[in-house]
Amino acid sequence: MTLEEKVKEIVVDGLHCNADEVKMEADLVNDLGADSLDQAELMMNIEDAFKDHLGADSNISETDVEKLKTVGSIVEYLRGRGVPDNL
Amino acid sequence: MKTAVVTGSARGIGRAICERLASDGVGRVVVCDLKAEWCADTVEAVRALGAESEAFEINVGDPASVEAGVEAIVAKFGGIDICVNNAGITRDGLLMRMSEADWDAVLDINLKGAFLMTKAVCRHMMRARSGSIVNIASVVGIMGNAGQCNYSASKGGLIAFTKSAARELGARGVRVNAVAPGFIKSKMTDVLADDVKKRMLDIIPMKRFGEPEEIAKAVSFLAGDDSAYITGQTLSVNGGMLMP
Repeated sequence: MTLEEKVKEIVVDGLHCNADEVKMEADLVNDLGADSLDQAELMMNIEDAFKDHLGADSNISETDVEKLKTVGSIVEYLRGRGVPDNL
Repeated sequence: MKTAVVTGSARGIGRAICERLASDGVGRVVVCDLKAEWCADTVEAVRALGAESEAFEINVGDPASVEAGVEAIVAKFGGIDICVNNAGITRDGLLMRMSEADWDAVLDINLKGAFLMTKAVCRHMMRARSGSIVNIASVVGIMGNAGQCNYSASKGGLIAFTKSAARELGARGVRVNAVAPGFIKSKMTDVLADDVKKRMLDIIPMKRFGEPEEIAKAVSFLAGDDSAYITGQTLSVNGGMLMP
């Protein structure tokens, strides 16, 4: 599974949206209908799913969370933290 | 099979809560306190009631201890359905003479401890779309008490925390409630002078102190499915001494 596929899967699962809506440019709030609790939960699920890749401090900081507004930005962020494209 | 975690449960009200949950049919009761060896009696009592039980060392005032403890419990039992934040301390003294250290110690355990525990367990409960958190507050968190500025602030804070957490987690099927005990028979009240006891009893319509088991019954109700539509509430168990 690729990094993109995995993030999509977590988003579909967490926000109960259709897989074809979850495009890289999709905005979590405006396009996918996430509220603040959904977003917090999504970050929690991403931290858990990628904790082996994120290392000892698997937390996504609040400053970073604020920047993660689209599906693509989450993928980019995880790449930047060293998560490989092919999982 | 449900798993319950009760902090500060080596003795007193915490122990009574563990035993009551085991009697209710909660299959696993995790006994938490500062030292695992302190928990031996409670663990044994819970097992005698037919539930699985194990002691975990958790210092609720220490974020690393809470995180590691909760992760270990989840790894062992697969999840947490009920969390009772019972651990608490007192450092009484008049405001004018209260040290900052005594203020901090009480707030760290009683209020921050409940925050850290709730934060750690709610991840798992949110994911399960179910869970019940019960915070043990106090009547003095509602009415105040001379000599307990730190304790009453921590318990009043805990009641407010309960309401906010209930608002955040309700949509995920996680309920958060509090029990506010009045004067409960304990080692603390046993040693009080007779005239002090009399003054206390004068303000309690039922003219007696409560038993730890009577707090455990209220916790049992809020922890279980009979209270499925109750969240953010504080249940006073005080013999009528305060009717908020």
